Amino acid sequence: MQLEFSPEEIAFQQEVRTFIAENYPKNLRSVQDEGHDLSKEDFLSWHRILAKKGWIAPAWPVEYGGTGWTATQRFIWSEELAAADCVGTMPFGLSMVGPVIYTFGTPEQKARFLPGILSGDDWWCQGYSEPGAGSDLASLRTKAVRDGDHYVVNGQKTWTTMAQHADWGFFLVRTDPDAKAQEGISFLLIDMKSPGVTVRPIITLGGEHEVNEVWLEDVRVPIENRVYEENKGWTCAKFLLAHERTGIAAVARSKRGVEKIKAIARTEQDGDRPLIANPFFKRKISELEIDLTALEFTELRSLAGEAAGKGPGPESSLLKIKGSEIQQRITELALEAVGHYGAPYFRGFGEGDNEHPIGPDYAHRAAPTYFNTRKTTIYGGSNEIQRNIIAKMVLGI
Amino acid sequence: MRNVDIKMLKQVQHDGPLDRIIIMDFSYTETQDMIRETLSRFLADTYDFDSRNKMIASGSGRDPGIWKALAQDLGMLGASFSEDHGGLGGGHLENALIMEELGKVIAIEPYLQTVVLGGGALKAVGGAIADAVIPEIIGGNVIIAFAYAEPQGRYNLANIRTTAKKDGAGYVLNGHKGVVYAAPWATHLLVTARTGGSGSEANGVSLFLIDANSAGIVRRDYPTVDGFQASEVYFENVAIPGDALLGDDGAGLPLIERIVDEATVAVCAEACGVTAKLHSGTLEYARQRNQFGQPISRFQVLQHRMVDMFMEVEQSKSMTTMATLKLDLPAAERMAAVSACKAKVSRAAKFVGQSAIQTHGGIGITQELAIGHFFKRATMIESQFGSADHHYERFERLTLAD
Repeated sequence: MQLEFSPEEIAFQQEVRTFIAENYPKNLRSVQDEGHDLSKEDFLSWHRILAKKGWIAPAWPVEYGGTGWTATQRFIWSEELAAADCVGTMPFGLSMVGPVIYTFGTPEQKARFLPGILSGDDWWCQGYSEPGAGSDLASLRTKAVRDGDHYVVNGQKTWTTMAQHADWGFFLVRTDPDAKAQEGISFLLIDMKSPGVTVRPIITLGGEHEVNEVWLEDVRVPIENRVYEENKGWTCAKFLLAHERTGIAAVARSKRGVEKIKAIARTEQDGDRPLIANPFFKRKISELEIDLTALEFTELRSLAGEAAGKGPGPESSLLKIKGSEIQQRITELALEAVGHYGAPYFRGFGEGDNEHPIGPDYAHRAAPTYFNTRKTTIYGGSNEIQRNIIAKMVLGI
Repeated sequence: MRNVDIKMLKQVQHDGPLDRIIIMDFSYTETQDMIRETLSRFLADTYDFDSRNKMIASGSGRDPGIWKALAQDLGMLGASFSEDHGGLGGGHLENALIMEELGKVIAIEPYLQTVVLGGGALKAVGGAIADAVIPEIIGGNVIIAFAYAEPQGRYNLANIRTTAKKDGAGYVLNGHKGVVYAAPWATHLLVTARTGGSGSEANGVSLFLIDANSAGIVRRDYPTVDGFQASEVYFENVAIPGDALLGDDGAGLPLIERIVDEATVAVCAEACGVTAKLHSGTLEYARQRNQFGQPISRFQVLQHRMVDMFMEVEQSKSMTTMATLKLDLPAAERMAAVSACKAKVSRAAKFVGQSAIQTHGGIGITQELAIGHFFKRATMIESQFGSADHHYERFERLTLAD
């Protein structure tokens, strides 16, 4: 065991740091700094730069477009991205459907879909949850019926993140209504421009439009767009959920979040002292930081296991639970730190002037982000479900 | 179940072997019951979720007709004022039960600012200004916003940089007050300012009630995340008359602390309404939401969470009753009671709000259901007039001497 980076790794760290500094889009930085909502093009501008460099999918096998980096290099990469406060790349193609396609797909599917995921030309969304199938995902009712060389799909999906931008979606659909819940589900890739696909926005508590309802009415999907065997889609779904959960720990990003809180607490006044000198607040920061270190080393141990050939297993539920709770605590502390200025709702600010500002810039999103981040313990398998998984799969009870 | 709803308490003290025997009566008077029932019925008719959304989305961000009706049709704005001023002769308990009912519909009415804070200050100082303004409050013609917070001061009421300089018979105001709830609607501003001293010194703090349209007041208005309207208020050489001063020049801090304590308990009462609805809404949802072939209310992990929510709501009611009944005790006892109450209620508001959303799942995070809006108000209540940390610290200062 060792904790130090090797000279090669330090050189790599310097290389990626320089690359980010020289190539991160300047206008994207100002959009972020001014606290605007990010457009599709904002997300894609950084994605395309990474794609061009060949660094868009470090976790993928080299043969499909991965970088061939070691687990440590990938760790360094995600640390540097977070330290530089880069926007994340959308996970739906790169972390979710991409690995499913290169693991379970046909050569034709790989050739057709992987390049668009890497380049950013295809924006993907995830059609899993339904109004009646949340935690109990296997109870999903969207059905696909064979009609010649097509499936005809009918049903409703919900919480479909960024579907308003999507070119393609991967959907879990029921192909055998008589089979036991998990058996009878298939994994379909659906062109979001197909006739019969309707996307309706759902506005969340911070006023943002991230998620959608997706209605499918007699949508015709070619059979060659089914990944893996018919009625065996649950295998893909489980594989994907485990992948989704490792990224969900979000350690590097949370580290950046803790640093931001420290910066805010040094700026904010608490009567006659800076907030950072308030012993209660200081203790909350240190508790958070120590919990984050525990999460970080748990993730590193898990990554080391993965490097040794063990795939992400049920213990990734631990990373999801602790990672999501820490993300929430960061937003709680940020809101607490800004005091009175958590209340003004930035989406309602009219034209202003510098002479009469509405609180500090860092306060504008504190409350909306806190509200929005309640989602982390709900999505990707709620934390209650994750605890069930650990009880059953890890503890065997 | 009406189990431990706030009831009126009569406290009798005896001298004798037992220092203090407390005989409690938690029942309400008939008038108090009537106030609650009348208000509850009125709000049920006027303040459903859709109507509230419409008010917030309208030009002024409110429906002024509601305020008029509360004043003129229901006589509600007079509940906590003396009969001499045209009120019903009530006080803190009436404010608490009205705030609790307003909390149950997450009303965006400026009752806290106008009646509890403005009215509270006027009742405390009395005299000509009280005789002039209180009847106007009761009649619904006056809306008061409380301009006290400053960016650097956080929850420290004495940390004030806004100045009021003596100028002939009057004063000249300069400074900046932040996040002044209800300011865009206000006819009057209740302003804290330094007439002397500096930093967080107690001496030199004064309280003024001024015309909200005085020359030199610059406002930036905005909505708040919990559905109200608020402003940044800048005073740029605002000339105010001498009789705008409430209480004594430079000796206003005890008065300010008193009305803020009263308002803090009123907000806790509101929280009782808000969290009760968060709890009942969650229970209702869990009973009708099916997953894994059964209502999710059957899952023990969710049952225990809902029981914990219930216990937090009940303890919030208990603490609010306790603090309401101690508002007229000497300052140190009052402050300790209020801080104990707010610390407990702040934590409860956070736990109940977060648990409500978690139990609802995704649907709880949308704007489409009322539950998320209750959560937003609960979140703002957590820090209003001081976070839990702030109140633990004040409680310790008062009760845990070195």
